[in-house]
Amino acid sequence: MFGLRKSDSVLLLIVIVLTLFAPFILNPFPENSVMAQFNGGYPDLMQRLVIFGIFAIGFNILFGLTGYLSFGHAAFLGVGSYAGVWMIKLLTLNVIPAIIVSVIVAGAFSLLVGWISLRRSGIYFSILTLAFAQMSYSLAYSVLTPITGGETGLQPKVGDPRILDAALEEGVTPRANLFGMFMNDSYELVIGGWIFTFNVGYYIAAVCMVLAFYLSIRIFRSPFGLMLRAVKSNQQRLNYTGIESKPYTLAAFVISGMYAGLAGGLLVAMDTQAGAERMFWTASGEVVLMTILGGAGTLIGPVLGAGFIKYFENIVSKINANILETWFSFMPDGVSDLFVGLIYPFIGKGWHLTLGILFMLVVIFLPGGLVQGGQKLAGVFKNKKDGSDSASGSTSAAPAE
Amino acid sequence: MSIIKPTRRGVLRTGAIAGAGLAMPTIFTGSASAYMNEPTGSTVTLGFNVPQSGPYADEGADELRAYELAVEHLNGGGDGGMMNTFSSKELKGNGILGKKVEYVTGDTQTKADAARASAKSMIEKDGAIMITGGSSSGVAVAVQALCQEAGVIFMAGLTHSNDTTGKDKKANGFRHFFNSYMSGAALAPVLANAYGKDRKAYHLTADYNWGYTTEEAVRESTEAMGWETVNAVKTPLTQTDFSSYIAPVLQSDADVLVLNHYGGNMINSLTNAVQFGLRDKLVNGKNFEIIVPLYSRLMARGAGENVKGIFGSTNWHWSLQDEGSKAFVKSFGEKYGFPPSQAAHTTYCQTLLYADAAERAGTFNPCGIVEALEGFEFDGLGNGKTLYRAEDHQCFKDVLVVKGKENPTSEFDILEVVEVTPVAQVTYDANIAQMGGPDATLGDCNPGA
Repeated sequence: MFGLRKSDSVLLLIVIVLTLFAPFILNPFPENSVMAQFNGGYPDLMQRLVIFGIFAIGFNILFGLTGYLSFGHAAFLGVGSYAGVWMIKLLTLNVIPAIIVSVIVAGAFSLLVGWISLRRSGIYFSILTLAFAQMSYSLAYSVLTPITGGETGLQPKVGDPRILDAALEEGVTPRANLFGMFMNDSYELVIGGWIFTFNVGYYIAAVCMVLAFYLSIRIFRSPFGLMLRAVKSNQQRLNYTGIESKPYTLAAFVISGMYAGLAGGLLVAMDTQAGAERMFWTASGEVVLMTILGGAGTLIGPVLGAGFIKYFENIVSKINANILETWFSFMPDGVSDLFVGLIYPFIGKGWHLTLGILFMLVVIFLPGGLVQGGQKLAGVFKNKKDGSDSASGSTSAAPAE
Repeated sequence: MSIIKPTRRGVLRTGAIAGAGLAMPTIFTGSASAYMNEPTGSTVTLGFNVPQSGPYADEGADELRAYELAVEHLNGGGDGGMMNTFSSKELKGNGILGKKVEYVTGDTQTKADAARASAKSMIEKDGAIMITGGSSSGVAVAVQALCQEAGVIFMAGLTHSNDTTGKDKKANGFRHFFNSYMSGAALAPVLANAYGKDRKAYHLTADYNWGYTTEEAVRESTEAMGWETVNAVKTPLTQTDFSSYIAPVLQSDADVLVLNHYGGNMINSLTNAVQFGLRDKLVNGKNFEIIVPLYSRLMARGAGENVKGIFGSTNWHWSLQDEGSKAFVKSFGEKYGFPPSQAAHTTYCQTLLYADAAERAGTFNPCGIVEALEGFEFDGLGNGKTLYRAEDHQCFKDVLVVKGKENPTSEFDILEVVEVTPVAQVTYDANIAQMGGPDATLGDCNPGA
């Protein structure tokens, strides 16, 4: 199907089905049950899951294939976001120009950064990209305030030019749309105690994610992808055989920068605002975590990792002491206080701690990431020793570097 | 787990299901409810979006304490706090409009993106009818814009930049806290009295939005009374050692140093300046002085000894002796064991003001709330007579000029109130250039449906 081998087609179909039915999958608990706290099927989180999935897929094309660890990828996401907001301010509230321009601008910026950074490899490359990202962050936060809005960020205003749009009606707040459909429009489906939200913005982002995923499969399976793997396994040998590897790594860098730009453009389309902290080094570190957590070098891994981290950030950070007390209120006073006291450090502001522990567990016991976990499970079912040739399409479940 | 936690949405849904039967697709669009997240059950949900991690986590924790106290008082628990001293007597301790107040919390991480994500999840998932909180202007401006778009009310927490109710003001957003302009206007006359009218000032300004507006405000108001600004240098927000910025101050002939810094920045720059012996110097025949435009108790505690005798401004201080402040300090102190900070005070006030506006409007509809709050005059919330101005949704009240205490008696007793600058002196026209000029408009209230 679509020029893919069978196992890849199956994987693509699985991804399509998962994204299509995400509103059901993410809302497994009835609305008024105590477990509803863990439901993630509301528009904002679903959008974030697929958008950061795109970001991680793109990062994986660079890191997973060539082994070049960029520590400044958030800069491309940020540059893409700013370009997107400016398109929405200057051209039209329709999101299509914003998304396209985000990709182009991020691609151009990554060409510049890649051109310079790829003169070095290994840790020096990482440091260079980190320096570029922090530079972009500092510039956006202060010096470039007229362009980026500085601390308070950039957002559409009623008085923006928007040369392609008709004038807004009096008193209408400008909202991003796709040919009249607003990104936060939703249909809610009530079945029994459950409620499922189908959101316009989510499905637009999901279509982009599926396309991005398809493209990434094609890159992984192409001769170009093979060349990138050669760079990862032994760049020196490649150079000795007379092959100039820089055009390949630079192409991979720009492609992955454009993926980041696409993610930035989509973030802006869903929520028309961009701020400098989107480019902060912790944001760059986050995408590295997502990729490693899911499984670097595998096709589906980065998407899983992105979903895992975003879910935890948004769900666990919102549990507070009050909710804990409701959970344990059926126990006698002393016992419930004990349980609340034990769990309290891991919720709310402690979500970083929970995520850190899970990350450590994954890296220690599943060095190949969540994908390896899936393979092990599949192996158990298939009664095989090791499921290394499973649907994940992984070439090698290489441990994180 | 069989505990049923009835939520607003839960009740709403149970009703919807009973009516619609099984597997009946229902489309909730504008026609289904009059406004965004209309509470139809017996409870109403507020969203408390505060920094629980990051540089302002201390302030966020104090804000959350104040919110919990406010919810307790609104639901009739505790001693009622400032509800008893508040000039409007609509709040009866039976929730808001008879609905019990529930709340959800989130972590802004002091980042606009994270703050918007958590505010969105409160609106989309938990059905919050109002979002409040925040401890920095970047976050406040970002979340305010989100609430305007989504159609819920935003009651700003600690945000001091002019932009929140200036350049970036929104019809659905309200600010009780004072701003940079007011700090400048309140400080200038006190400084003129204390230090004379022919001073030369040197500004060190944190290189971001709040720094700019604060520098602008202090400059304009001090220059208006005769001071000269020798130089204004921007310092990176992430700077921790300011010695390289302090040395040039010694070379210039400035005799006053203004530190437009907040939080950790201020703690470090003030400590550096004092260590360099600036305050013992004699320049132009006058004692060298240092000024910190925006003070907070949490910051002053961090700077320790160094704040002694240094002027600044603050929104509220727990040592105030009016009935409202005393009632608030008492109930906060009884619950938590220490006096509240100005962040706690402003967020407590915002919650009561919102609840009261809903009572007076008779609805939770954002447009009704906006109407009830615009031009609302009140008293008894610790700042004396206060006006919520209709033009920009900014509170106008007296501003406190404070000074680091020479002989603090406890870790909370660090600042003393020097003067209460009357509101008339800090009032400005809503269209002045510092507030974004006539281009900045509130727009119309958005009920979201």
